[in-house]
Amino acid sequence: MENPIIQLTGLTKHYGRHLAVDNLNLKVQKGEIFGLLGPNGAGKTTSILMMLGLTEPTAGTATVCGYNATRDAIKVKKKVGYMPDSVGFYDHMTALDNLLYIGRLNGLSELQLKDKALEVLDTVGLADAGLKKTATFSRGMKQRLGLADVLIKDPEVIILDEPTLGIDPQGVKDFLALIRKLSRQKGLTVLLSSHHLHHVQQVCDRVGLFVEGRLLAEGNLENLAEQLFGKQGFVTSIVLENDLIRPWVHEPVLKAWDAINDVSYHGNLVEFSCNRNITPALVRFFVENDYSILSVNQKNYGLDDIYQRYFETETGKSDYNKTA
Amino acid sequence: MKPKPAKVITTRQPDAPAFSVMLGKEITDHIRSWRFIVLLALIVLTFIAAMYTSLSNIKPIAGNAQNPDQNFLYLKLLTVTDNTIPPFHIFLSFLAPLLGIGLGFDAINSEKSNGTLIRLMAQPVYRDSLLLAKFSSALLIISSLFIVLTLLMIGTGLILTGVRMEPDELLRVTGFVFITITYVAFWLSLSMTLSIVLKQAATSAITGIGLWLFFTVFYQIVVNLILRSLLPDPSQLTQEQAIRYNDVVLNIMRVSPNQLYTDAVTTLLMPSVRSLGPLTMEQMAGAIPSPLPFTQSLLLVWPQFSGLLAAMTCCFALAYYLFMRREIRT
Repeated sequence: MENPIIQLTGLTKHYGRHLAVDNLNLKVQKGEIFGLLGPNGAGKTTSILMMLGLTEPTAGTATVCGYNATRDAIKVKKKVGYMPDSVGFYDHMTALDNLLYIGRLNGLSELQLKDKALEVLDTVGLADAGLKKTATFSRGMKQRLGLADVLIKDPEVIILDEPTLGIDPQGVKDFLALIRKLSRQKGLTVLLSSHHLHHVQQVCDRVGLFVEGRLLAEGNLENLAEQLFGKQGFVTSIVLENDLIRPWVHEPVLKAWDAINDVSYHGNLVEFSCNRNITPALVRFFVENDYSILSVNQKNYGLDDIYQRYFETETGKSDYNKTA
Repeated sequence: MKPKPAKVITTRQPDAPAFSVMLGKEITDHIRSWRFIVLLALIVLTFIAAMYTSLSNIKPIAGNAQNPDQNFLYLKLLTVTDNTIPPFHIFLSFLAPLLGIGLGFDAINSEKSNGTLIRLMAQPVYRDSLLLAKFSSALLIISSLFIVLTLLMIGTGLILTGVRMEPDELLRVTGFVFITITYVAFWLSLSMTLSIVLKQAATSAITGIGLWLFFTVFYQIVVNLILRSLLPDPSQLTQEQAIRYNDVVLNIMRVSPNQLYTDAVTTLLMPSVRSLGPLTMEQMAGAIPSPLPFTQSLLLVWPQFSGLLAAMTCCFALAYYLFMRREIRT
């Protein structure tokens, strides 16, 4: 396999006694769209800043496009386009002038600069707004201009920090579609951070879950759930016609099954947490033992559940610690 | 004739001339900003007022043979006044800091609060280019402003009086312009340092103006107040003690950049000024009240000038130090 275009090894950042990023290891391959998913304050932005050499890691290295981001920041910045979470422009200048300025700073030649700027403005759908002052731009337009700003230097890697923050749903959809299209057309590697699960789900090939400075899990959506929930990944719940009486005679029998980790029941609801999908076998068992089944529900953990569980409530985190 | 081969268009020039690009942009920003227009108007008005008074009072002074400086018409233009308003160089010692503060107080923090700083820093440019571009652009504008004003003054003087300018005068006026630029540069680098340290542009402006007011108005008062209570009454002292007493007071006064500037330009613009400290009767004995040659005046103000330069360099170095290792995030 070719060398990863972004490689973080043991990346750590302390702010005084606060640990912002804790021993982060991550590889992103060329052409991938990688999503960093995590709540606010998880250390996503800090990790991104370290990849760009905008802040120095306490320990570990960030290698981007083959360069050490801390030592060779300039070379990295030549190849990486970065859009910060609250992107700002010079309000008194037009969108085009803002772009031209960034183009010049990147050493683009004057001859093709203007054409290039108009081209990227067109790509992001701001062709008509090029001569407007950026002070009049809406949040969504600024975000698009931010993308144009990133594209004008023909980057190999695009890093987007919370690109979907504060845009309306349609805008988000268009924006993400645009990113996906660009990535596929030009073979760009995209790393985007978000705390919004659905946005990440829409575009990313792989996702890394980031909580309190640690990368909890990474992978595509399917094996994320497996990694996080491990053996409890599959839950089957069965609703019976009649309430079960405690103690339930079949409980020891079922508990003896290899695949079943736990059985719980109350009223007419029985829940099995299993390490693989054994729903058909369970149904057969119930039928053979003359139970009348009203419904069978097989629960697959999606990112949503992961999200609920880890990010949105503090209690979720402590639950996780208990079960882990 | 063979057609020339088409010029190969390279995507990237070998070394991005980031500094000159930034410099160009900063200068454009300054020139187009209201702030600069207001400051410019202020300085130009001061200049016109000072010129008007000096031109209307120049005749009796230039004709006065008793005055050792009577031959230096152009220096007179800058220093003569009828006491209704201070002469131009004293005016400048008040206003020049405002110019420096006004152009530098939001250099870094406004970029930061706008969210443009991080975007700039994500480009392949060195951090110091930005700082240097901000500093040089303001300095360049100020330099052009003062050089233009001086040339205007010389031209007007030439047309109105028809008197030839002495080389000595030219040197002195150049020295005056140079020291003035250094003085503004000091306040500029101070206010840029403030703009790095303080996150809000308003706070940094107020702090800068506070420092300016302190040094121009309150510093003398505070120093006099403290020294009067600490040191013995000068009227009770012997001459030697009185001189030492005066030296102490002067040296403390010279902490203020304002004082350094006033001393330096006064000596340069008034060739008859022989010392910036007290002179005893013995020292004065036998001295003919004649102007000093330019080199002697320059020697006299060299400590003041290097003091200003050092203060400016220190502030700028501090700004560099603070900015280079700082983490930039929105």
